[in-house]
Amino acid sequence: MTTSIKKLPDTELVLSGNGACGGCPATMALRIVGKALGSNAIMLLTPSCSVASMGMTPKLGYNWPCINITFATAGSSASGITHALEIMKENGRLQGDLPTVFAWVGDGGTYDIGFQALSAAAERNDNMIFFCYNNEAYSNTGVQRSGATPRGSFTTTTPTGKRQPKKNMGLLMLEHKIPYVATATVAYPGDLYDKVVKAKNTPGMKYIEILAPCYLGWQFDMSDTVQMSRMAVRSGAWLLWEAENGSISFNNPSSHIISGKKVAEPVDEYLMKQGRFNRLLKGSDAQQRIAEIQGDIDHEIAFMRERKKITI
Amino acid sequence: MKTAQVIMDTGTHAAALAVKSARVDVIPGYPITPQTSIMEAIAAMVESGEMNARFIPMEGEHSVLAAAVAASAAGARVFTATSANGLLYMHEVLHMASGGRLPVVMCNVNRGIFAPWTLWADHQDSFSQRDTGWLQYHCSSNQEVFNTILQAFRVAEQINIPVMVNFDGFAISHCLMPLTLPPQEDIDRFLPSHEPEWRLDTAQPSSFSNVTMAAEYAPFRQMLSDDIMAAIPLVKQAAQEYKDITGMWDGDTIDTYRLEDAEVVAFAVNSMAAELRLSVDILREQGIKAGLLRPRLYLPFPAEDIINALPQNAQVMVLDRNYNFGHPGGILASELKNVLFGRRNDITVKNRVMGIGGIDLTRRFMAAEIRAMMDE
Repeated sequence: MTTSIKKLPDTELVLSGNGACGGCPATMALRIVGKALGSNAIMLLTPSCSVASMGMTPKLGYNWPCINITFATAGSSASGITHALEIMKENGRLQGDLPTVFAWVGDGGTYDIGFQALSAAAERNDNMIFFCYNNEAYSNTGVQRSGATPRGSFTTTTPTGKRQPKKNMGLLMLEHKIPYVATATVAYPGDLYDKVVKAKNTPGMKYIEILAPCYLGWQFDMSDTVQMSRMAVRSGAWLLWEAENGSISFNNPSSHIISGKKVAEPVDEYLMKQGRFNRLLKGSDAQQRIAEIQGDIDHEIAFMRERKKITI
Repeated sequence: MKTAQVIMDTGTHAAALAVKSARVDVIPGYPITPQTSIMEAIAAMVESGEMNARFIPMEGEHSVLAAAVAASAAGARVFTATSANGLLYMHEVLHMASGGRLPVVMCNVNRGIFAPWTLWADHQDSFSQRDTGWLQYHCSSNQEVFNTILQAFRVAEQINIPVMVNFDGFAISHCLMPLTLPPQEDIDRFLPSHEPEWRLDTAQPSSFSNVTMAAEYAPFRQMLSDDIMAAIPLVKQAAQEYKDITGMWDGDTIDTYRLEDAEVVAFAVNSMAAELRLSVDILREQGIKAGLLRPRLYLPFPAEDIINALPQNAQVMVLDRNYNFGHPGGILASELKNVLFGRRNDITVKNRVMGIGGIDLTRRFMAAEIRAMMDE
């Protein structure tokens, strides 16, 4: 059973009065992550929205020791910290339980510039949780295209809409043979909470990707963050799944879409709610471009349904 | 009381033994010629249990230094090593290490820079990282590499600034020389365990390097600049105390040879400076009052010590194993002129670039070059 939002701990590691936008999904997600991790954790960030949100030096909007590191190196820097803590613990220079080392990184720092360091940390199976808060663009620099930007999306560097589909990053991480991979999003806080607790209690490399609908980049009303998150899942544009030791299972409601018990909602309504897509719906090739987006979603659902069957 | 042990060893293995003696906690590494054998030796000592440390096999030098600075921020004593393009690949993180005041010690085994591809010694790699805020030593022998790594940790941890220990590829890295290993208890006395004033500590949550407005950023940078300059007395103190404990001396900020009455002064770093002692002897036999001044510390540039050491009216022959592109000649000559200007107008500075890409620099060749420079 998924933990009810009413049963989440009162612990707050995201402090009030930080600099995030209203309706910021990354901050909402981080709040849930804090409830699952507790205070015995060390946070790594790369230059991104969540650093801009935490306040100016010397202030701190999160109640963990936080280190902002070079953009490309979340994976390698987290490896450095986790090995340092382990050896200091072994030789008696660090008392108490080992802190959880976690990286909190946007999609640019995960899919693009940080991919090499992340891949190597995963291959080494170093003990950390790597979170990607995925708002599907470089939102902090004013919304540019990333490897996570879906086909058709307008950004400032795809002024006629992106022509390529996004990567399946979760699956790429799964193929690194790490003990735990999960996807989540803010409309399902209990699901996210449970996944973080599971990751916290699993040794080795854990990867959790959180879809984070960003009102600025996606161009919707900031009060609709959670609704956009839910629509992404119901349309199948975002699938909730987890993989323990390589074995995939889907979580509600994605599990019903995968099993065929429920049909994914057509993507049109989801697209129409977002300024980053609805501009393309005004063009003469609107039907073709919507069909391409729907095609990408159908492909991912079909592919993941088949990938789940591989259990060797 | 245990006595020192003398062995025959290569420069890279001497470096690895110094890292073991320094009781380093974390060593992220990545192979690059001619540095590779440092990492191989460390990996072997960690695997066998001879070193109580973590070796992290990284996927590139940018990540190597990122892991190093992060481990340092967690409170560990950290070492790594690189060469040439590996050092250049680290460039961004070099700045983070110094700006973040993280006392990592790193060996750079000097090698020429790609392109075109070369494997052998020159000093373009370390000198091109001049403005990254690291202290830089340049060493002339295997023993000096060993001694300097220990001194580097001490200085780095006193002022929270990273230190680069440079020595030449192959001429030092792969050559066997006698190496004296002081007893471990002497080294422990010289270099106590690392107790950082600040680290990532869950008992005291604090931020590291979030957005910093100019009013705070500018003082951070000023402090870094001031503290780098303040390293000079600490470098001298470390060299002196190391000598008091081990009996070994390589010079402090500078090293000199037959300098007191010299009229012609060779000025160079690294292995060519060791060879230049022999060139000085050749020139003396020819009736030329030659001497040597070797800046052991390149950064901070030991201006006062150089100004005070140079004899009156000397001709200084700067032999650069690098180019100062956009200017005639090399980087060392430019640095030297910068400190002499307005302070020592009696000194003449002449400059030649040589030994690029590992061209062999023999005592006779350099003596002849210096003679030729006298007539220019």
